[in-house]
Amino acid sequence: MSLNTDMPVRVAAVTPVTDLVKRFRFERMDGHPMPFFSGGAHVVVSMNDNGILRRNPYSLMSNPDDSSGFEISVLRVPNSRGGSIFMHEQVRPGDQLTVSQPVNLFAPDHRGRKHILFAGGIGITPFIAMMEQFSRDNIAFELHYAIRSRSHGAYWQQLLERYGPRRIKIYVDEENTFIPVAEIADNQPLGTHLYVCGPAGMIDGVLLTALRAGWPKENLHSERFLAPPAGLPFQVFLETSNIHMTVGEHQSILEAAEAHGCDAPYMCRGGACGQCETEVLSCDGTLQHNDIYLSDEERASGKKIMICVSRFKGQKLVLQL
Amino acid sequence: MTITFRNETFRDDFTFRNSLYNIRRFPFPFDRDEYMYSVNMEPHVRGKKDSVFENLIDVDEHYVAEMLDRALVLKEDPLRCQALPHMMAAQWDTLELLMEHQAQDYSEHFTLTKNGDRWRWINRPMGIDDTFTFGDPSTLPYPPMEYITRQAQGDFCIVDQRDNNLWMDAGMVTTQADWSLDFDIGMNFMEWHGPVPLAHQIGVFDRALKFLLNLQQGKPTRRLNWTMTVNPRLDTSPENYHKWGPDRATVTPENVGEKMHLRVELQSLWRLPRSNAILFVIRCYLISFNELVTVPKWGRRLPRVLKSLPPEIVDYKGLTRNRPIMLDWLEKYDDGSPTSPGIFPD
Repeated sequence: MSLNTDMPVRVAAVTPVTDLVKRFRFERMDGHPMPFFSGGAHVVVSMNDNGILRRNPYSLMSNPDDSSGFEISVLRVPNSRGGSIFMHEQVRPGDQLTVSQPVNLFAPDHRGRKHILFAGGIGITPFIAMMEQFSRDNIAFELHYAIRSRSHGAYWQQLLERYGPRRIKIYVDEENTFIPVAEIADNQPLGTHLYVCGPAGMIDGVLLTALRAGWPKENLHSERFLAPPAGLPFQVFLETSNIHMTVGEHQSILEAAEAHGCDAPYMCRGGACGQCETEVLSCDGTLQHNDIYLSDEERASGKKIMICVSRFKGQKLVLQL
Repeated sequence: MTITFRNETFRDDFTFRNSLYNIRRFPFPFDRDEYMYSVNMEPHVRGKKDSVFENLIDVDEHYVAEMLDRALVLKEDPLRCQALPHMMAAQWDTLELLMEHQAQDYSEHFTLTKNGDRWRWINRPMGIDDTFTFGDPSTLPYPPMEYITRQAQGDFCIVDQRDNNLWMDAGMVTTQADWSLDFDIGMNFMEWHGPVPLAHQIGVFDRALKFLLNLQQGKPTRRLNWTMTVNPRLDTSPENYHKWGPDRATVTPENVGEKMHLRVELQSLWRLPRSNAILFVIRCYLISFNELVTVPKWGRRLPRVLKSLPPEIVDYKGLTRNRPIMLDWLEKYDDGSPTSPGIFPD
């Protein structure tokens, strides 16, 4: 059905960055160059965790012009669904994984005269590639990066060294320094674009502050890392594939379908891109929409569900898949 | 494969013809005996040998003549090629994509040698041998998109992606079916498709836009579109309507086979890696009715499709005046036999 352009890769290096963050470098098994990409892009990494297929999206943080390899950074999430723990504990140099083509849902607006980046914690990764691009093209940018403590914050020293303190500002929770969002948003030249990536609360706060300061929403960009939320197991019938299945507590509908051999379309696996939009044929219960893609009207209609993150509570859900 | 390039014109004396080989590889757009709009997109992957789908960027016997015609159009009207300032990364993406495909699939005619950022490009049919620095526009005689699209068949639009929409922000458009880049530049997907009838009401463009916003690197997609053109004229632009519009009144039952051409666009869409923009290639193929009916399946099918066209589409494609003449002439080639599914000759 869908054309498979995934690339088998070898793990070329695993580098500890902080206690909780590791960097992974991937190179292609077939010796071909990696595709170029644009700052803000992510790839989906497929892992075989003892027979369980895990697919997680990670932002690319290597130089977009370097086709010798891709680099990602993975935060170890204590109550993770398994992907980040697997990457941290199992993956070693020389191992094989599969990486998708790059997808960019967080691209810089090329018309921007200046770009202001707000990062919280591991949300720094897409900005590392973006800043490479801005600096290559001689485009004005500044980064405001909030970390918990200097020892827990990833890459802040390297970024300061590379781009200097005028462009890189570090804020440390432990030292009670916080990003003065209102002050920054208050006085910027026309044509400035603002980007935020980090925890949900930070994203909401930055966007709201900027909107209140009168920014047009077209100039505001954000990327949320939505992991499929856990919930009670439920039953789904995939009508086209004729599959009855149970979606487990820590599984998404998409993951359950894949485990049953159904080749469902997907791209971001985070409720943002719309690729896995699936038609609901019947629903005896309540759809729990967790995506940021469907409009309020589409949700109210009860006819569509984004199977990468959304769940269901009730007797029976029938999907056209 | 070595292509023998034809010496021919697309204006004035109209010496354009298809060779027998080229007739059989024509992308006949109708896969059944009736016609309707749909989101008829499919993966742009290599197809049958000796078809226009054999290579993803097709070069054929009309290459040199088409490039000469493009140069004439640009000389009269430089606004056929435009790029907004934020599209420079996408221009380089386009240059890289076209050079790589042409050099890989037509190595007798094109050679690309890369030494880091220092690239050498040889185009033998056009007698070009240039060395330049990738990423530095000052090392090329034209901006990168104009440079390479003066050496590649088809029209090219580069659309930027932002705010959940696509924006026509650059292009080289000289072989168009009555639309203008100068008019459309800066418009978004819904705006530039505004004039198309019927399709909006059935949601074709909403679905197409959603699909294209998610177009992935390494997975180009394609569709065929068509219209009819009197005389083998590539430049049927609104700017030059005064030159080609009156041609419609010159069609008679005696000359329709020679004058009327089916005009097919093979449209392919590519996600560009460095810019995240989309390259929209609109490759135009022309075939006269005389040439077309030499393939019996196409001779049977074309009149059936023409008969089934809704009036809005007949009107939109500018066929109202000559449809009766075309049908009278074409129906001689329809013996009523069933046709095989698909677009290829039997």
